[in-house]
Amino acid sequence: MSSVNTKPNFADPDGFYAKLIEAHDGLSDEESAALNARLILILSNHIGDSDVLNDAMTMARNAGQG
Amino acid sequence: MFQDRYSLAFKLYPYERSADQDADSPVRHPVVVMGGGPIGVAMALDLGLQGIPVVVLDDHEGIGMGSRAICFAKRSMEIAGRYGCGEPMLDKGVVWNLGKVFHKEGKVFEFNLLPEEGHKYPAFINLQQPYFEKFLVDRVREAQAAGAPIELRGKNRVDSVTEFDDYVELQITTPDGEYKLQADWLIGADGASSPLRGMLGLDFEGRVFEDSFLIADIKMTADFPTERWFWFEPTHGSGASTLLHKQPDDTWRIDFQIGWDVDRKEEMKEENIRARLDAMLGDVDYEMVWSSIYTFQCKRMDQFRHGRVIFAGDSAHQVSPFGARGANSGMQDVDNLGWKLGMVIRGEAPERLIDTYSEERVYGADENILNSTRATDFITPKSKISHTFRNAVLSLAGEYEFARPLVNSGRLSVPCTYDGLSLNGPDDLTGGPARTRVGSACPDAPLGAGYLLSQLGNGFQILTIDADAPDEITVDGVTAKRLAITASDDATGALTERYLGDAASAVYLIRPDQHVAARWDRFDEQAVQAALQIACGKEVTA
Ligand SMILES: Cc1cc2nc3c(=O)[nH]c(=O)nc-3n(C[C@H](O)[C@H](O)[C@H](O)COP(=O)(O)OP(=O)(O)OC[C@H]3O[C@@H](n4cnc5c(N)ncnc54)[C@H](O)[C@@H]3O)c2cc1C
Repeated sequence: MSSVNTKPNFADPDGFYAKLIEAHDGLSDEESAALNARLILILSNHIGDSDVLNDAMTMARNAGQG
Repeated sequence: MFQDRYSLAFKLYPYERSADQDADSPVRHPVVVMGGGPIGVAMALDLGLQGIPVVVLDDHEGIGMGSRAICFAKRSMEIAGRYGCGEPMLDKGVVWNLGKVFHKEGKVFEFNLLPEEGHKYPAFINLQQPYFEKFLVDRVREAQAAGAPIELRGKNRVDSVTEFDDYVELQITTPDGEYKLQADWLIGADGASSPLRGMLGLDFEGRVFEDSFLIADIKMTADFPTERWFWFEPTHGSGASTLLHKQPDDTWRIDFQIGWDVDRKEEMKEENIRARLDAMLGDVDYEMVWSSIYTFQCKRMDQFRHGRVIFAGDSAHQVSPFGARGANSGMQDVDNLGWKLGMVIRGEAPERLIDTYSEERVYGADENILNSTRATDFITPKSKISHTFRNAVLSLAGEYEFARPLVNSGRLSVPCTYDGLSLNGPDDLTGGPARTRVGSACPDAPLGAGYLLSQLGNGFQILTIDADAPDEITVDGVTAKRLAITASDDATGALTERYLGDAASAVYLIRPDQHVAARWDRFDEQAVQAALQIACGKEVTA
């Protein structure tokens, strides 16, 4: 069973982060939520592997509860 | 005393006094079916064609007005085909392959179902439910004429039942007064609000969805294409979602999602229905045929058998209409129960076999409820974030193909595979296709001048493909006959693809309902005998 890569995997972490915030520039909260949803769908399809996706959802949910 | 709850589309079994009403003591019948909807009548056909006497009691004299179900799936037609009435359904029904999905004002994408070749019946047809029921009743009349012991008794309302160890006593009201009947087996096919369930105090658990749908069937001679159109959040203001479907006789089904807190009386006024229709259709002429408001639930009974009472169809389980799984799953109940009850009544199998009806069809009901609940949650999102994701899918689906499989406006009803259930024998066909694994309904394929499925069913069958086997085998009174084919009979390659896969030869043991009981790469007498016993709910003695 494959699992989520939790080791650093970004070549340019600061660049990625800046791009992510930039993508939301000028959007209302609602539009941002919609953009996030589209992004999650696009990336999820790219990953495809349901073990990885389920794992990622669990991680995201648990981390939010800490 | 006798009040009709609905008006009739076809008056097919007017009340007639039966000799049973004049008997000194209640007459005993092997099987009584309560409810003459599609499921009760199909049940009577299955049993009657086996020669088992069956009495159907319905509190009306025919088929209700108004088309509830309109989509009938391939498997339902195949089952009707086994009873001898699949063809008239196919002839009358509308076949469609093109669907369009809209969001707000624009079209998102369109799809072609691209049906798989080599099946007698299409993936499904659109046909008004009253026609579907009428073809079943017509077939009952034909079977009766040929001696099938079926009785349909109109205006016979079951008011109460008393259970005994090995029979049930029914109290019935007719226009001529009351009488009693006894039944070795009582089948409850009395619909979603099942009075029988109530009489026996049985559970019906699940989820109620807080939304109402207004259906309008309209007649339109305008040149509208034979396609399925589904709108999410149409801006023309006709409802929160809208579905348009073609039916025979220039009739169209339009479903408007109108919310939970609605004034039904107000909504049902013709001018208000027309306002929604006009908003959607624009400037076209149409005639209103029928309309109704419905709400729905996804529920099922915990067990479908309670002693000598067995539930089938909507009385046992109810699903949302998205995915057309109501009548279609009821037909699979009938297909499953018919041969089992027949064998038990003839003394060929232990009563335990009836429990496997509940086991298998509860499994099927859960699959249907899961599918229809998922479609419902996509169509009517239950939270803000769910709505955000739903619209995200729709906003991607136009441009990006990957998002289209996520769009769920109802998944086509397909028969379930009884994976891992107790009647299953071994799956010993290395390289065999997954779609014909043990537990699945046999897919059709061209065979000679006809089709495979019309040569299977009613009894147990041993299907051999390039494998030797005796013409039949018998284990304690149950016979399985052989149907031998060779890969050279397979002009289209469909049989090889669907039944052999990478295997060079195959032996399938197939149940009377055309589900696979076991499969091997060659015939082994002991193995086949043991599987036949398992499939009949028996202990293996071989
Ligand atoms: C809007 C809508 C759309 C649908 N679309 C589809 C679809 O596209 N495809 C699909 O497969 N399904 C669809 N369905 C579901 C389908 O209509 C039902 O699953 C189907 O009618 C169930 O058949 P049944 O015989 O179990 O019950 P019913 O059709 O409800 O029949 C029950 C019968 O029992 C009789 N009865 C009740 N009480 C008594 C009594 N005390 N004594 C004697 N008789 C009694 C009733 O009069 C009735 O004739 C739809 C349903 C709705 C509401």
